[in-house]
Formats: sequence, C-alpha cells, structure tokens
Amino acid sequence: MFSWKESGRIIFLLFVSSLIVVPLLATILGGFKSNGELRVSPFGLPQEWDLQFYGEILGDAQFWRYLWNSFLISIMTVVLTLVLGSMCAYAFAQVRFFGSRFLFNYLLLGLMFPFAAAIMPLFLTVRDLGILDTPWGVVLPQVGFGLAFSIMFFRTFFAQMPEELFDAARVDGCGYIQFFWRFTLPLSTPILATIATFVFVQSWNNYLLPLIMLNDREGYTWTLGAMDYRGEYAAEWNRTLAFVSATLAPAVVFFLAAQKYIVAGLTGGAVKG
Amino acid sequence: MSLAHTHTAPAAASRPSRLRKAMRDGRLTTILFFLPPALMLFTLFVFMPLLEGAWYSGFKWSGYGEGPTDWVGSRNFERLTKHSTFMRSFNNTLVFVGVALLLQIPLGMAMALLIYRKSKSNTFFRLVFFVPFILAEVATGLIWSFIFDGDYGVTSIFTTWFGWEQVYPLADRTWAMPVLLLVFVWKYFGFHMMIFIAALQSIPDDLIEAARIDGGTPWQITRYIQIPMLKPAIVVSVFFAVVGSLQLFDLIIPLTRGGPSNTTHTLVSYLYNFGLVRQKVGFGSSVGVVLFIVSFVFAFSYRRFVMRQGEK
Repeated sequence: MFSWKESGRIIFLLFVSSLIVVPLLATILGGFKSNGELRVSPFGLPQEWDLQFYGEILGDAQFWRYLWNSFLISIMTVVLTLVLGSMCAYAFAQVRFFGSRFLFNYLLLGLMFPFAAAIMPLFLTVRDLGILDTPWGVVLPQVGFGLAFSIMFFRTFFAQMPEELFDAARVDGCGYIQFFWRFTLPLSTPILATIATFVFVQSWNNYLLPLIMLNDREGYTWTLGAMDYRGEYAAEWNRTLAFVSATLAPAVVFFLAAQKYIVAGLTGGAVKG
Repeated sequence: MSLAHTHTAPAAASRPSRLRKAMRDGRLTTILFFLPPALMLFTLFVFMPLLEGAWYSGFKWSGYGEGPTDWVGSRNFERLTKHSTFMRSFNNTLVFVGVALLLQIPLGMAMALLIYRKSKSNTFFRLVFFVPFILAEVATGLIWSFIFDGDYGVTSIFTTWFGWEQVYPLADRTWAMPVLLLVFVWKYFGFHMMIFIAALQSIPDDLIEAARIDGGTPWQITRYIQIPMLKPAIVVSVFFAVVGSLQLFDLIIPLTRGGPSNTTHTLVSYLYNFGLVRQKVGFGSSVGVVLFIVSFVFAFSYRRFVMRQGEK
C-alpha cells in the first residue's frame, strides 16, 4: 500500500528527527575526535577513535563526584517532596477543617510565579541558615517550590479514590492515619512514581539554584561541573563534547526506565490539572 | 452515601464531642502532623522570600549586616526603567513568550497531528521528538554553542563551502537572539507535542469516522473537529509556555551568557548578572518584583478569564 502522502509524511518526520539526532550524535562522536579534526569535520565519523578524552573524564574522580552530588541532591529532593507533599495533600483531600480552602490557595501561590523572582532573598535565607555550600541549600528551596505542584496533583488523585473504600475501612475501625499508610499510599504508586520522576529530572537538570548556592567545587553538581569544564578547556571543544556525552549516558538510561511515568505525567495529569 | 450522612449528623452535637471524635479517629492528628511540615517549608523558602523581596526592593543594600537600612524608595525601579539593558532583557523575555506561543505550540500541535495515531513508527518519532525536553538545559546549550561556533559547526561548513569569512552567530548582535530562539523552540516543542498527542488520542474515533463518512476532508476534520477539541490542551500548553518562558535562564548561560554586549539577557539572567553577582540585594530584588508582577498578573487573569471559560 504505497501512497505519496504517507511517504511524504515519513520523509518529513525523518527530516525533523535528523535535526534532533544529528546534533546529539555529533556530540558523542566529537568526543572521539582530535580538536583539529573536529574543526574540519564536525559531523562525520572520526577517522581515528581516540579514547583519550573519554578515558580522562571517566577516570577523573571529580567527574564522579559531580554525578554523585547531583544524584544525592535529586534523591533528597524527591524523598522530601513525596513524603511531605503526599501527607499534606492527604490532609487536604480527606479532612474537612476550618481554613483548608485558604491554606490550599496559599500553596497554589507557588504555581503562579517563577522561583527566580525571589532568588535574592532566598539566597540570604539559605546563607543565614548556614546551609550554603551544602546539599540542603539546594534541596530545601527545590522542595519548597516543588510542593505546590505535587500537592495539587496528589490531592486530585487522592480525592478520586473510591469513597466506599474509606467508609469500609472506617467501619472496621481504621483511623485516618492508618488509612493513609495502609491504603492511600499503596494505591498511589502510579502518581508517586510520576511525581518522583518529574522532580528528579528537574533537580538533576537544575543549574540556577546550584549556581547560586554552591561555591565549593567539591559540592558542585554535574551542571556546574560541565560549565566549569567548558571554561577550563575553552579552546578544545572535543573535551567538552566528551564531558557532555558522558553525562548524557545516565540521563538516557534514566529516561528509558522512567519513560512510562514521564508520558503519564504529561498526558494524564497535565491535561486534567 | 448513607454512611456519609451519619458522618455529618453528629455535627449538630455539642462541640467538645465533635472534637473528641476528631481526636479519636485521627483527623486531628492528620491536621496537626501532616500539614505543618509542608506549609513551613513553603513559607520559609517561597512565601517569606517573596515578601522580603518586595521589602528589600526599596533599599540599597549589599546583603550584609543586620538588615537593610538605606531606604531609597522607588529609586531602584526608576533605575531599572532607565537601564537600557533591563528594557532589552524585558523585551527579550516577551520575545521568548511570543515565540513560544506562535512557533513552539503550533509546531508541537502540527507534530502531534502527524504522529498521534498508535503505530510502531509513530512511537519511535514520539520518543525522538521528546528527547530535547528531557535533556538538561546546560547540555543543550553546550551542544548548540558547539554547533554554532564559527570555527567548528554548521556555520563553518556553510562559510567554507561558499568561501566566506568565518562568522560567529552567538557573538553577533543580530544573530545571537535568533539562534537562542531556535534552540529554545528545539528544546521545548516536544513538551507541547506530548500534551496534544494525549488530547488527540482521547477524541473518540467514531466522531472522526462519522465526519469522514459525511465527506469531510482530512483538513476539514482537523480544522473543525480536532483543533476545537484540543482547546483544553491548548489552555494548559499556553500556561506552561508563558510561565516557562518568563523564567528562562539555564539555556541562556551556556549559549551567550547574555552577550554579546548584553543584548540577549532575559529577566532572570539580568537579575542574576546585575543583582546577585554584584551583590546588590535591593536592586536585584526590584527585578524580582517586576518578574513576580508580570507572572502574577498573567497567571491570575489567565486562571480567571481563560481557564474558567474552558470549564463551561
């Protein structure tokens, strides 16, 4: 079943894909080239596969420290956001109390503006708490700003749970707290995974907050490390490309593993939200 | 249902017994222990900085000492309006918003219309188009600054091909902004595409089938059925596009750092450069206040006028 229209569509889609794939491939391949070759042939296959630059980066303890710092900050952010966010959303979803509407709207304020708007005082707050140059200096603001979003999603999800389940559990003498641990959380694994994925990616990719809060190279995240590396080897693009490629690997692995939840978050939640 | 009624019935009873009941079944504990941690973090790291920012914006202050003492009134804001780099960065931010609305979202929608149907090849394309969104801004910025480096990438291929002199688009006052916009569209169109794909897939097939049987052309089906039914998705897309564009920073730094000669700053990179780096807490805060007002006015009126309408 050949049709001009269908083949035109595929050709167009392949063209757009190439605009995405070619830069990425050039980056990965560029790490294998000498800088001289890179100037003449930025997109072609390397004439000689030079493993020196990848080797130097992967053999450098500092590189792994960058990744570890990013990982640690991201995991801490995810755990705190999930724990605090789900608990708070549960109170909003299940208990009717005086002022709940006001408090919920107060939290929604966090959705309305970019956190950069408050970055100056935020820096002073973190400094005065004495957590500058520690993971907490990045984690706590990230959690604070991520909470509004996650609480909104959690509350919608919790509120959709069948009321019969709750009533039945109540008859059996199950209290509100118990119900949260024994039913709400276990039944919420899809939304927990989706929020965790988004928070993780956001934290892993974050640049502005670490840039402001971390000054000690030991504590740098990989985004700061990559910019640092670029500055250090300004004249040698092949090194920077190797560095960027080396950081792409964990991102790709993570993406393939979590793809389901990322798509679910964008499609299910976002449209309804 | 009936149980829910018995829930509310004792509400008429005296207050102490209601309280005792709330204590026994754990409602009180839920409120007392589940709410405060999140609310406290939010207050400390979001709400307070926001208020403090508004307060600091009336001072000249380096951020050291007990607190701000040098009250300057509205002078920080007057300085902003007189600083051409600020006006430029404000303008650039609006350009990013405009490009997000006029190019990024339509492109995302077009791609979604091309690949929303479920098939193996479409799944592949979907994955590919979504990759830039997952990529870190810093990685994206570094990759594209290599490609547009006059000595290496795309531009060098063109210029050597034609035998021209090397050009450096990212260091060129005319070309730096268009390159940023290109990378910006490249990075985020996949996000909108995903939202539209989900919305398109939720349109019942019967509806489109019926239109086809009635003699509707594919274009008519898209124009009169699919796009109107995408309205809720567009509402969401536009909201994220605007709020996201207003806080653009991570992508700018690896590409241009706001240069050449400060022509490509956004509001946030301006705030970083002229407030944070120079330790001008008051001045920087006034930029933050501008950013807050713009976002708040947008978010508030959007929720009120657009999102409400969508619900009807």
